[in-house]
Amino acid sequence: MRSRRGGNLVTYLILGVVFLVVLFPVYYGLVGSFMGERDTNSFPPALWPTHGLHPDNYSSALRIIPLGSQYLTSVGQTLGIMVGQLVTSILAAYAFVFLPLRWRGFWFAVFLSTMMIPFESIIIPNYLLISSLGLKDTIAGLTLPFLATGFGTFLLRQSFLSFPMELRDAARVDGAGNFRFLFSILVPLSRPSLAALGIWSALSAWNMYFWPLLATEDPKHQTIQIGISQLQSSDGDSPGMVLAGVMLALFPTLLLVIFGQRFIVRGLTTGAVK
Amino acid sequence: MTVPATGAGAARRRGAWGALAYLVPALVVFGVFIFWPLVKSVLLSVQGTDILGNPSGFVGLVNYSKLFSDPDFLTVLWVTFAFTILTVVPSIAIALFIALLLQTRIRGVRFFRTAFALPFAFSVATASVIFGVLFNPASGVLNGLLSHLGVDKVQWLTNPDLALWSVSGATVWMQIGYNLLVLSAGLGALPEDVLEAARLDGASGLRLQRSIIMPLITPQLFFLVVVGTIHSLQSFGQIRILTVGGPENRTTTLVYSIYEQAFANNNSNYGYASAQAMVLLLIVLIITAVQFGVLERRVFYR
Repeated sequence: MRSRRGGNLVTYLILGVVFLVVLFPVYYGLVGSFMGERDTNSFPPALWPTHGLHPDNYSSALRIIPLGSQYLTSVGQTLGIMVGQLVTSILAAYAFVFLPLRWRGFWFAVFLSTMMIPFESIIIPNYLLISSLGLKDTIAGLTLPFLATGFGTFLLRQSFLSFPMELRDAARVDGAGNFRFLFSILVPLSRPSLAALGIWSALSAWNMYFWPLLATEDPKHQTIQIGISQLQSSDGDSPGMVLAGVMLALFPTLLLVIFGQRFIVRGLTTGAVK
Repeated sequence: MTVPATGAGAARRRGAWGALAYLVPALVVFGVFIFWPLVKSVLLSVQGTDILGNPSGFVGLVNYSKLFSDPDFLTVLWVTFAFTILTVVPSIAIALFIALLLQTRIRGVRFFRTAFALPFAFSVATASVIFGVLFNPASGVLNGLLSHLGVDKVQWLTNPDLALWSVSGATVWMQIGYNLLVLSAGLGALPEDVLEAARLDGASGLRLQRSIIMPLITPQLFFLVVVGTIHSLQSFGQIRILTVGGPENRTTTLVYSIYEQAFANNNSNYGYASAQAMVLLLIVLIITAVQFGVLERRVFYR
């Protein structure tokens, strides 16, 4: 008994140290966003606010970059990609599982193959296409390339495959057509998988960096991710304000990770996303 | 249910085309934004580029031969390789260490589990900007802490010998959350009866971890090595935000080099950049093939 308690103490000690080290950037991001320049710009810098709290860091961040409109752009981009991916994946996964699809194996291979092509390797033609269509600085330009996903289709297919066939047959006997069955039975019953896909789509869309950097030029139309990285280069002398911008960009995904963790884990090992 | 055979055949044929209609929305997106760009990338990589960024005619494999005789590009490949090793290995090792710690049955594990997953919420931009503040040589916290130990100010991001390590360190941090979620899920799914049997046989602590748990989570570890390698190869944001590829190109990875050739300073060197993009694609495809073909069979699967 005693050795067990001693073992626990050691475990707590190690966990505590690892906790402090690993979570320090999170702590400093949050606390630093409320610290004034007298704290952040002295040397050695303060580790907690010693000269008062500075919530005005947040209003300064909002003043220097058009964070408000960037927030809207990010929300629009995220919702667009999430809804688009859900719709295209639901339809495709439904066909793969429930419909008499000709060349099923071939089409499935086509969908899977999209997961093996890194977007960075085809980003140049995508950029040339979007700019030749005049879609730079638009929500359409930010979302169009990502409205379908092999990963999402695969995730939903796995979930649909475990759908009880008796229910499907019962619905058919009752005269439910494809769309009736799909939207009033299958979709409501597959909510956990749809939530998993939705959260993954939202996380990766909100956090995107490379594509929004290319697809936008006007600061007003940039996403918040690009905005905060400009904030850093435009005012490196006020870390508190820069960190305030970071916190604003971080807030939605922090909520998703804290409250949606079980859905995230569900999507984890299904495929190489992120 | 007695339908004339011909009618059923016609309906099934109609059904088969109808079924394809459900794939069309996704296929259109894939066609326009993945497969056509893929063809276009190959075409661009065998063409020259004029100063305005327009293709200037077929040049064959000139871009490729230029690549592999360009010492700068060989450095890029080396940096990419080093960056991958420096990020994948530590991020998995640290996550595994934490995951095993969280396996012990102690109070507050749920809290720690959620807390350690927080880095997962950070985007490459948010994490990089925070690390930029921490790395600041004049007033950053890292140098502040080191000063208590009497260490002089370290130029984390501008010292050519150190910059890649610093960027890798930040990247390791970004990866820990994801790796931890995968490993925790794997550990959580271990068969309790096997663990119990091992404990009854007197295996405990390290012995249990090394002989029982490790072999059982090799699928997760293998998955993380593959996903982590591909993910590291695609890294871009942290380099652009922290070092802009410098100092002396010491942090210019393959993807950053593509960006530099094609987009930075209005370079518009699309042909040369596309050849590099094809090298990236090839590397990722080889890793994927290795995953599916060779190694997957050797990993211990239950």
